[in-house]
Amino acid sequence: MDNLNIMIVGVGGQGTLLASRLLGKVAQKQGYDVKVSEVHGMSQRGGSVVTYVKMGKKVYSPIIEKGEADFLLAFEKLEALRWIDYLKREGTLILNEQEIDPMPVITGSTRYPGSITEKLEAAGVRIRSIDALRTAMECGNIKAVNMVLIGLLAGTSSIGEEIWIRSLEEVVPQKFLDVNIRAFNAGYGVR
Amino acid sequence: MKELLLGNEAVARGAYEAGVRVATAYPGTPSTEITENIAKYDEIYSEWSPNEKVALEVAIGASLAGARSICSMKHVGLNVAADPLFTVSYTGVNGGLVIMVADDPGMHSSQNEQDSRFYARASLVPMLEPSDSRECKDYVKTAFEISEKFDCPVIVRLTTRVAHSRSLVEIGERKGIELRPYVKDPSKYVMMPAMARGRHLAVEKRMAGLRSYAETTPLNRIEWGDRKIGVITSGISYQYAREALGDVSYLKLGMVYPLPEGLIREFASKVDKLYVIEELEPFFEEQVKAMGIEVTGKNLLPVTGEYSATLLRERLCGTKPEKVFDIDSQAPARPPVMCPGCPHRGTFHVLKKLKLTVTGDIGCYTLAALPPAQSMDTCVCMGASVGMAHGMEKARGREFGRKTVAVLGDSTFIHSGITGLIDVVYNKGCSTVIILDNSITGMTGHQHNPTTGFTIKGEPTKQVDLELLAKAVGIERVRIADPFDLKNFEKVVREEVEADEPSVIIAQRPCALLKQVRYEGPQKINENCRMCRSCMRIGCPAIVDKGDSIEINIALCVGCRLCSNVCAFNAIEKAGDQNG
Repeated sequence: MDNLNIMIVGVGGQGTLLASRLLGKVAQKQGYDVKVSEVHGMSQRGGSVVTYVKMGKKVYSPIIEKGEADFLLAFEKLEALRWIDYLKREGTLILNEQEIDPMPVITGSTRYPGSITEKLEAAGVRIRSIDALRTAMECGNIKAVNMVLIGLLAGTSSIGEEIWIRSLEEVVPQKFLDVNIRAFNAGYGVR
Repeated sequence: MKELLLGNEAVARGAYEAGVRVATAYPGTPSTEITENIAKYDEIYSEWSPNEKVALEVAIGASLAGARSICSMKHVGLNVAADPLFTVSYTGVNGGLVIMVADDPGMHSSQNEQDSRFYARASLVPMLEPSDSRECKDYVKTAFEISEKFDCPVIVRLTTRVAHSRSLVEIGERKGIELRPYVKDPSKYVMMPAMARGRHLAVEKRMAGLRSYAETTPLNRIEWGDRKIGVITSGISYQYAREALGDVSYLKLGMVYPLPEGLIREFASKVDKLYVIEELEPFFEEQVKAMGIEVTGKNLLPVTGEYSATLLRERLCGTKPEKVFDIDSQAPARPPVMCPGCPHRGTFHVLKKLKLTVTGDIGCYTLAALPPAQSMDTCVCMGASVGMAHGMEKARGREFGRKTVAVLGDSTFIHSGITGLIDVVYNKGCSTVIILDNSITGMTGHQHNPTTGFTIKGEPTKQVDLELLAKAVGIERVRIADPFDLKNFEKVVREEVEADEPSVIIAQRPCALLKQVRYEGPQKINENCRMCRSCMRIGCPAIVDKGDSIEINIALCVGCRLCSNVCAFNAIEKAGDQNG
């Protein structure tokens, strides 16, 4: 396999760290070398956060560069727009349709850009999108947004479902396992 | 068995396997997870110390008492611990002593991007620098061996991308290391002039030994590839260089101080063109140039910010990544913000309203300098808020002092705000100091501190009483107020800045992210709303102006009801039952 690069972008507090941890586990189970670069500290407080997951025969830099991501997993629409340059032309954007206003929008100094999905599509970005917030609520926990998106990514990737489920069982605490598996399946089943 | 560990987790594992008995730290991004993970091992005594200076002193004591000890901090923490560092270099150790320092190039979560390698050189202490998690674990173990072999502390330097990246690590067993006997030895451990002179000579002798060790240690290795280009590098820069330049030749330095001059000369003589690739300061480059070797480095590469493979390709090879997608839309910035439910929001709402000059400090609340609060004037270092408010008053007079407050968190106050407060009292200042007591060390991710009443392991312990403490140093006006009771909080602040004596206001409300904090859940705007937008002024990320309506984002709102405190029309109420 060539290296598989997955970039997770979102807003601090959305559960991107658990998603990256799960992806790391998936890589490990397949016997790949893997590096995951996380964001901790101040930028976690509602700021734009980005996590890189790189797997393959040998990984040096933990950072994914512009034009190198096979998947861009965007937990929020504006963040998809911000980081789209990192996606390969033939890569896939996994998009949560959720919108979270950044502070400059809240204070009225700028506006949330309109028609992001349409603009990305027009530019030729391959997109698979879902309202992960609503799906997570339907699954029984608003916080399971991350697993819905991981499910959608899993269904798009060439990695078998069983590896995903087994990895999930290892990174998610027992008491939240059921709802997370439900959320994963809801995302996975989207066709 | 291999595990996917953060660099910081791997350091913790390395300490465990090396038989460490005592671990100390003050939390600070990107170093915090080292000691959080060490605390999971029952074989190791671990503690959050009040600050890095104390942390290092405890570790030095443990080392002299015969135990392998480790002390961890972020780069600016080493400034605080610099005093003991320079002298423990003279005393040397008994049990091995390793000092972990995590630099933050690019300043993801810091107030400066100082390069800690200079501390190694200035204090004559060897320094190692790993480039991934496996090396984090291995280097920590080697650092203990070096420490005991050469009778010196050893610094292991991380940078954010190493500390906070996960990679695969082979897990090993804990080595049974006995406590070394404690032997009283004033000539080595009492650093007064007569003894210290002798020890300085010993340090110089030790440095000579370390220089020859650097020539042969496997920590420094040459990876031969295409000899047209040779790269001297270390840490995360090695990974970026590997990615950008591929199969050229590398001298990867695992020991970044002292440098192996012979090895560098040998490497330089066998490649056509020599580069030094290092983030931040030209620490290697200047030393290599001083050897009379021609080298390319900072003339092409920046001394600021982080490097990346893309940056190296651009600057060294002249290749730029092509723009893949052409999109006619700009993403507005998304700076970090105070969380929904954050107690600081109430405090700064009031300080802004009163138009006070606010000397600030290090913590989540530093975000109050940004819109919409914009009510923090300064932020320099841990505890600086108190001394700076005092200095402002002494420079501009009492009238200016009536318009000035110092603001700092509970953990920051204990770290180094208390000494500033003593200064205010002793030198007859009238400053008002607001301690934001949110019951935890917030920004670094919820660590206990002396004011929370729990240890690093969550065991109950004595709790510093901030009120009594302030009174004990001579503050007669100590007020406790809830920052969400805006009316009362404003009244208290007005009274205390007016008072012609020093005062302390303890703004008490716990961090909204603490598990025991249970607000009633998401709110909504009802039909009473007149679109006056008062609620927008508190700057809560959960409240959204839709132009013709105000909405509350139920995925973000925790139900703290600060917004309903500012709403004059009773237009905010609990939303219907939502899961989650």
